[in-house]
Amino acid sequence: MATDRFQAPDYYLLDELLSDEHKLIRDSAREWVKKDVTPIIEEYAQKAEYPTQLTKGLADIGAFGPYIPTEYGGAGLDQISYGLIMQELERGDSGLRSAASVQSSLVMYPIYQYGNEAQRNKYLPKLASGEFIGSFGLTEPDHGSNPSGMITNFKDNGDHYLLNGAKMWITNSPICDVAVVWAKNEAGRIHGLIVERGMEGFTTPETHGKWSLRASRTGELVFDNVKVPKENLLPNKSGLGAPLGCLDSARYGIAWGVIGAAMDCYDSALRYSQERIQFDKPIASFQLVQKKLAEMITEITKAQLLTWRLGVLKNEGRATTQQISMAKRNNVDMALKIAREARQIHGGMGITGEYPIMRHMMNLESVITYEGTHDIHLLITGMDVTGISAFR
Amino acid sequence: MKILVCISKVPDTTSKIAFTDGNSKFDTNGVQFIINPYDEWYALVRALELKEANGGSVTVINVGLADNDPTIRKALAIGADDAVRVNLDPKDAMDAAQQIADYASANGYELVLCGKETIDYNGSQMGGMIAAILNQEFISNATKLDMNGNTATIERDIQGGTEVLELNIPFVVSAAKGMAEARIPNMRGIMAARTKPLTVVEPSASFNATEVLTYELPPAKGSCKMISADNPAELLDLLRNEAKIL
Ligand SMILES: Cc1cc2nc3c(=O)[nH]c(=O)nc-3n(C[C@H](O)[C@H](O)[C@H](O)COP(=O)(O)OP(=O)(O)OC[C@H]3O[C@@H](n4cnc5c(N)ncnc54)[C@H](O)[C@@H]3O)c2cc1C
Repeated sequence: MATDRFQAPDYYLLDELLSDEHKLIRDSAREWVKKDVTPIIEEYAQKAEYPTQLTKGLADIGAFGPYIPTEYGGAGLDQISYGLIMQELERGDSGLRSAASVQSSLVMYPIYQYGNEAQRNKYLPKLASGEFIGSFGLTEPDHGSNPSGMITNFKDNGDHYLLNGAKMWITNSPICDVAVVWAKNEAGRIHGLIVERGMEGFTTPETHGKWSLRASRTGELVFDNVKVPKENLLPNKSGLGAPLGCLDSARYGIAWGVIGAAMDCYDSALRYSQERIQFDKPIASFQLVQKKLAEMITEITKAQLLTWRLGVLKNEGRATTQQISMAKRNNVDMALKIAREARQIHGGMGITGEYPIMRHMMNLESVITYEGTHDIHLLITGMDVTGISAFR
Repeated sequence: MKILVCISKVPDTTSKIAFTDGNSKFDTNGVQFIINPYDEWYALVRALELKEANGGSVTVINVGLADNDPTIRKALAIGADDAVRVNLDPKDAMDAAQQIADYASANGYELVLCGKETIDYNGSQMGGMIAAILNQEFISNATKLDMNGNTATIERDIQGGTEVLELNIPFVVSAAKGMAEARIPNMRGIMAARTKPLTVVEPSASFNATEVLTYELPPAKGSCKMISADNPAELLDLLRNEAKIL
């Protein structure tokens, strides 16, 4: 890829709403992405490989569990810091941000929130340092948007639980050391279990041939009579609300993250349009190109304001699931549209790996589907404002 | 060894440069500031490496007002032990150098590092002035700095080669590219910086030897004309009749 000349747009001077420490955290993540991620990420995406050498850097910039308290190896930061780190990572690549989202919100968060002290001490420091990679198993082959129908289940076998079933579309499954798996007990109630690599009957086949999130590994979690020690059950919350609580946290991070992808596309399109000459003029001088750019920066600015406000609410413990849904849905859609328009501005160059556009665009096709599809989030808002569920 | 590193705040390289007050003041409106790269990437990081290898302490010092504090915090996040800000908006290099020299001598620093120049004013004066006031040796544009006990070995790029020098502390050195490799603050560093001391000291007597009358922007760059490779006649024509240099 050409040299990374990224400059973040801040049209409404939103930096003034951030603390000095927020800016230091963001700028450090931004510098790291420029130095270690953008020079190599295109190659890894092309090869469909996760750049494992970046795991340590991710841990160093605080991408793994930034809001987890320091006594468990986290950074004890607020939610806006978390959002800003996600934004910078996704500016690099949604695959990296996905890895950090899963580790932070879908693995560390449930262990911290729903786990006991022994579980926290055993897993959180290793997950924060990147020594352990985690994955999160909710989706099943026949239960995506409707996870409550899951069939993965466990039986009480006296001194252990016996886990059976399969999860699909699991980020980091092929490389995970631990998986937080959601399964039903004999009474049909959903619980979280920590499954470790090496447990007999536990396998993680990889899903190949993705055209999206190619720098992130995806696969299945298959449980064939896996004996899970009883101390690996997350004791402090059960029911569908438990995994949904994790999703709230991850979706919040995604709402910020995709702004990064959108900024990168906009920034690249803006520069390209000023440098590319057609009909003896920079293409930025044509109204149709300006319309695209003007709409992009407008949408980015709106999304930035939305997430900043959501971050304040989240810091105060007041952000609702429905508010998070709205931000996830709006921002992913915004980023995807910007990626498509930015690709047009780059003309033929837009389809090459010379520019990050097509990679972001393809990545965002996963982001608009995972963690609740675009339409499912619409139904959440619809249900919230009408009081009527349109899910079934 | 007690090391003092001078850090200054400069506009980010992508900032739009403008002036106010009849072109006599730099317009800071909307400008993003960073630590001067020569101070941060080379002087500070090398000081930290020396401390990590041999023990001692690294203090960063800045002469400026409270709006410099975020920049100073970054130096703490990168790893400096503590920071001092002399509460003065310096009028020129001499004004700042005097403050730093006063602080260095009052607090027994044995090695003072600064960047070879700032990327805004490119003055290259601070190190020399500080050394002169302290009556110490000054080595400029060092690309390498090694310590063995109290003795330093320093390399400088000179015309067609490298100069290798040896001298004893105390001295002042200005750092050029090559002395170290930039460090990005990590989360541990950022967290540690919260509780590291940033001491504000009041200035000793301030005076300026020079006064800025006006600033001027460089003339705007001319536009670039692309000529197709298979049309050398057009090139010749333009060079002859438009640029009038043939
Ligand atoms: C790259 C990638 C990584 C992923 N990582 C993880 C992970 O780490 N862990 C994990 O558990 N899951 C993960 N997922 C799974 C993801 O969360 C699911 O793909 C998602 O929830 C959608 O489920 P589905 O694919 O089964 O689609 P379906 O639920 O079958 O949906 C298909 C279509 O039907 C629509 N639809 C479904 N129900 C309704 C309805 N009631 N009303 C209107 N429309 C409806 C949907 O909006 C969608 O358009 C990942 C997915 C991808 C692509």
